[in-house]
Amino acid sequence: MAQDLGTDLAADFGSDPLTLYGTKFSSRLIAGTARYPSPAILSRAILAAKAEIVTVSLRRESGGGRAGERFWALIRDLGVRVLPNTAGCSSVREAVTTAQMAREVFDTSWIKLEVIGEEDSLQPDVFGLVEAASILTREGFQVFPYTTEDLVAAEKLLGAGCEVLMPWGSPIGSGRGLNNPYGLKSLRAHFPHVPLIIDAGIGAPSHAAVAMEMGFDAVLTNTAIAKAGDPVNMARAFALAVEAGRTGYRADLMQARDMAAPSTPVMGRAFSDLARA
Amino acid sequence: MHIYVNGKVLDVTAATLAALLRELDYEDAAVATALNHDFVRKCDRGTTPLKEGDAVEILAPRQGG
Repeated sequence: MAQDLGTDLAADFGSDPLTLYGTKFSSRLIAGTARYPSPAILSRAILAAKAEIVTVSLRRESGGGRAGERFWALIRDLGVRVLPNTAGCSSVREAVTTAQMAREVFDTSWIKLEVIGEEDSLQPDVFGLVEAASILTREGFQVFPYTTEDLVAAEKLLGAGCEVLMPWGSPIGSGRGLNNPYGLKSLRAHFPHVPLIIDAGIGAPSHAAVAMEMGFDAVLTNTAIAKAGDPVNMARAFALAVEAGRTGYRADLMQARDMAAPSTPVMGRAFSDLARA
Repeated sequence: MHIYVNGKVLDVTAATLAALLRELDYEDAAVATALNHDFVRKCDRGTTPLKEGDAVEILAPRQGG
């Protein structure tokens, strides 16, 4: 991990870029834009999170309203990169059409591809996901598939042309953190050079820190910030946690062990020559 | 002519998708369109005819996770 011992890896955070489809970012925290108490708090939270990428969506406009334009203007003013999603789509056709529409409105070939297969858990339909990813990459999209920790699905998504994967931590909006650390560690180990972004289920800054310590490249969170009592300060906490987790990972964590190992030197302990009673 | 717009039945006079957007006051809005589940590019709206029973989606930017 750390090449030069003692280099200030935290101060060096900005020179450890996250590269997604050839674009480099200094922030490893991606923020959702939904469920905030107000547009003003959303803006302040995105700034506090130091996020350079935010997720957005497309929804039906009604009655000649221009709510969509006001939101889009707010996001443009933040100067961040947008990652449109296909949230809520449950079929390949819906997801592909939504992605095509998003590309035109948001003027980006990036798409966070969601094909939901089960309503209670909002678990990705990995079969539909692979099919939709294949179609979209052929059409020139740069696909960020929201997937599970399934290794075979991951392999097929990469084969379909995805260069980034977004495995879930736990169900969307659940705040349960990393439900399957073993599976996620396996995914990280199998694809050491693929950018892996933990998406969904993150509920606390500590969850984000753990994900980063495990070597994931970034974390996407929405509800944990937006629904906090103080979203702006929670955004700050997430920024710090992601930075701490990444720096910890780069500093090379110690290996856990089953038995105690005294941290204070045993040699030279007073009374060590006396037998225990 | 009756068509579905974002899931609601509307009685419209527009003969094309572009005319429909004008009729509904979306002409210069930041929206994307689909007709019967297929994406229709902005540049193709003027040459995309509408017929009775068509389903049009008009989508705009929204908050997302």
